[in-house]
Amino acid sequence: MADEASGDLRLVRLTKRFGDMAAVDDLSLTIPQGSFFALLGPSGCGKTTTLRMVAGLEQPTEGAIFLGESDITTAKPYRRPVNTVFQSYALFPHLDIFENVAFGLRRRGIKGVDEQVAAMLELVELTGYEKRKPNQLSGGQQQRVAVARALINHPSLLLLDEPLGALDLKLRRQMQLELKRIQTEVGITFVHVTHDQEEAMTMADTVAVMNEGRIEQMGSPVELYENPMTTFVANFLGQSNLVDATVVERGSEHVVADANGHRLAVPLERMHAAGNEMHVGVRPEKVTLTYAADEQTVPAGHNRLPAVIEDASFLGVSTEYTVRLPWGASFGVFAQNLHRDPRLVPAADVLVHWAPEHTFALDASEPLDAGVVPDAQLGTALR
Amino acid sequence: MSALAHVPPPGTGAGPRPAPAARARGRWVPYLLLAPGLVWLALFFILPTITLFSTSLQTGSLAAGYEQTFEFSNYTSAWSEYWPQLVRSFGYAGIATVAALAIAYPLAYTIAFKAGKYRNVMLVLVIAPFYTSFLLRTLAWKTILADNGIIVETMERLGILQVLSYVGLTADDRVLATPLAVITGLTYNFLPFMTLPLYASLERLDPRLVEAAGDLYASPITAFRKVTFPLSLPGVVAGTLLTFIPAAGDYINAQLLGSLPATAMIGNVIDALFLRVLDYPRAAALSVTLMVVIVVMVATYVRRAGTEELV
Amino acid sequence: MATPTVDTVTTAPAPRIPRRGPVRWLRDNIVAIAGILAVVYLLLPNVVVTVLSFNDPVGRFNFSWNEFSLDAWANPCAVAGMCASLGLSLQIGLLSTVAALVLGTLVAFALSRHRFRGRGSTNLLVFFPMATPEVVMGSSLLALFVNFRFPLGFGTILIAHIMFLVSYVVVTVKARLAGLDPRLEQAAMDLYANERTTFWRITFPLVLPGIAAAGLLAFALSFDDFIITNFNAGSEVTFPMFVWGAAQRGVPPQVNVIGALMFLLALLVVFGSEVARRRRARG
Repeated sequence: MADEASGDLRLVRLTKRFGDMAAVDDLSLTIPQGSFFALLGPSGCGKTTTLRMVAGLEQPTEGAIFLGESDITTAKPYRRPVNTVFQSYALFPHLDIFENVAFGLRRRGIKGVDEQVAAMLELVELTGYEKRKPNQLSGGQQQRVAVARALINHPSLLLLDEPLGALDLKLRRQMQLELKRIQTEVGITFVHVTHDQEEAMTMADTVAVMNEGRIEQMGSPVELYENPMTTFVANFLGQSNLVDATVVERGSEHVVADANGHRLAVPLERMHAAGNEMHVGVRPEKVTLTYAADEQTVPAGHNRLPAVIEDASFLGVSTEYTVRLPWGASFGVFAQNLHRDPRLVPAADVLVHWAPEHTFALDASEPLDAGVVPDAQLGTALR
Repeated sequence: MSALAHVPPPGTGAGPRPAPAARARGRWVPYLLLAPGLVWLALFFILPTITLFSTSLQTGSLAAGYEQTFEFSNYTSAWSEYWPQLVRSFGYAGIATVAALAIAYPLAYTIAFKAGKYRNVMLVLVIAPFYTSFLLRTLAWKTILADNGIIVETMERLGILQVLSYVGLTADDRVLATPLAVITGLTYNFLPFMTLPLYASLERLDPRLVEAAGDLYASPITAFRKVTFPLSLPGVVAGTLLTFIPAAGDYINAQLLGSLPATAMIGNVIDALFLRVLDYPRAAALSVTLMVVIVVMVATYVRRAGTEELV
Repeated sequence: MATPTVDTVTTAPAPRIPRRGPVRWLRDNIVAIAGILAVVYLLLPNVVVTVLSFNDPVGRFNFSWNEFSLDAWANPCAVAGMCASLGLSLQIGLLSTVAALVLGTLVAFALSRHRFRGRGSTNLLVFFPMATPEVVMGSSLLALFVNFRFPLGFGTILIAHIMFLVSYVVVTVKARLAGLDPRLEQAAMDLYANERTTFWRITFPLVLPGIAAAGLLAFALSFDDFIITNFNAGSEVTFPMFVWGAAQRGVPPQVNVIGALMFLLALLVVFGSEVARRRRARG
């Protein structure tokens, strides 16, 4: 019985085609009950389509969706124990807040509406707003009503379609923590779709990065960030410095690669390239910038590359350096402002270095800038 | 660990499933919804038009009865006898349309951009007269343009009347029962039809575009010519169609404010032929002529702009 | 390089901004003035009609002012046949509006919500009655009725009115539907409302203002229609037909009373709905 299904959410070979284009391409996924799961990806990657298929608002072309043991693939949206918080909130403009929140309860003929609505409004801190209309509320308040309206039905699964997109930065941060708190308190499975990688990493237990209808990598935020497996994930989640390199030596614990004459060591567990051509990468905050003349201070065993400083931006908390490597590619360094070395200014000769255990190596099949968010300024390696 | 998530455990039979067939019932819904309305229009708009065309090719009289003889000479005889009225109708309607555009544009512009919180009030004031008897309002022009009334006296004193009379629009001493009165009536009656589509078009205009033009050294007039007016063109075209066409077929203004037969329009002729002379075939021929001109105009519009914006 | 400084102390008074002269004001606001003049132009005849309703005319024709009198307002139905024609117009108006609302709303939903073959032709078919001169529509309907020997009267007037009203209803309702966010219906289904419940609880209440507006428009168009009615009325007389006859015979001030009342009613209804809308928005 689809109505009462509960349990893990399983997507099995889910595909959605519009004409020739596959918006979602052979997606298989299991989301454990009670977890906070984020589907992360750029616009057009298929994450919203996937969400809508789980909600029942789109029909898959192929594949199946299971909630626990029940197959809900073809069930109508009103027969699924799944509720959605829409991107634009979709509050009913002709009903007041009370009726909006009570809508689902009334449709299911559930008694004791008054108390439940009161309790839910208290949960989202909107007590006293019962008689107002949606257009009288601010964006943040509308968003909370949308969450209340969905949660009050105690669904097995709560779907959130970029619900924080329209809010300003401060409010968004606040709501992120709120939603996380509510999820922990209530214990319902949350599936959150977003293009904001910071949001996904803040809120979710598990993140799946989607690109062009497929999942590139799935895991905890830490795993995804520290040990990306594809160039897309490395560039989409945070920023990465990537250089082309070729394997020259394969050891028992490390692989050594040659990048334009410089040897870089990569730990075996972070080696995700299939062949000998690969992208070697490191996160900009893991890199240290040392004045070239102080070469002897660089710890032995560190991967190192010579460079020239191009730009130094003081950000208060940190300084962001862009340096140019000998073959023209850029490298980014985020330095915490503990000690400021006055010699580290544009045109200075420096060494960039980092501990080998922070290195990762990715398959060269994707281009070097796959997944780069257009606004990113640092860490983009150019050929 | 593979980059992909868990593969479905074997034995669940979870292979790819074909999507459910689109409900056959769902596909008929639009046609069911359309049926009553379209059937009504087919019976009482399309069919009469066909009947009209058929009547235009008949010969006979009400007494003796009509028979279908494919008498195309009905058309030629009607045109040769009534071509002045045809020309006059399009002429009056044309002038009235231009005049209506000249008055409606500032009006629509004011409502869209300058009215602020009075916008809805002004819209009401434009629409409300529309809800009251247009016959009475047209008759009111007989009072406003009365021979000894203020307006005509002022025009005479300022010499405007003489100028207009020279052009043939009025007589030397009066406005009523002259072409000008008819045109005034036409302009007045169809003004809302020009104003509202214009307003709809202007309302969609982003005022920042005009600001950007000013920032790029355009004077207000240039900004209007190069930015505002071109962007409002869909509204202008729609308003023109909705004004010119009914105006060309009107006969009320000509009868109430003009003097027949001097200012008779084709509508007057068709009315007379149908209801008094009872010459159905030639009346129908003239109606069809009018209809064809309109279809050509609309077709030209549709070819440029498609049908989606029509309704 | 000089560093920017903040001047903290000034003894001179702040420079004054020169006021613009009246000519300048005129030039800046010429469009608004033209707009307001246009509104005056539109309303002038209504004012004349209302004023003349208080007239005691000399002779049969009520075109120029004679002297003030409340006679017409006191005895509005004194003129033979006028109130009967009013009653007929009201009846036809109500019936044709209801029928046109039903037919037109269905078509509007089809055009707005569904993709189907023949969309373009449907758009054209709905558009043409609005663009065709009434003379052509009226006369062609007359030709049809005569050809099929259908008796002219109440029925034919009703048929004709419903025909030309449908298009206006479609346009109005379709405009309202276009502004309706489809995600509201999706949200309703997500919250356990099936298709029928979703329609009656969400879609219909939100379209209702559009249907109401279409109804008002349709009623006004029907009530005030002359040309098409005149062709197809047979021996029946509606109010506009009465006024037309009066224009030849002599317009009694009672006719102006009706005209003034119509205008007042129109203003009240439209202003009233505007006030109601504002109040709803304010909550």
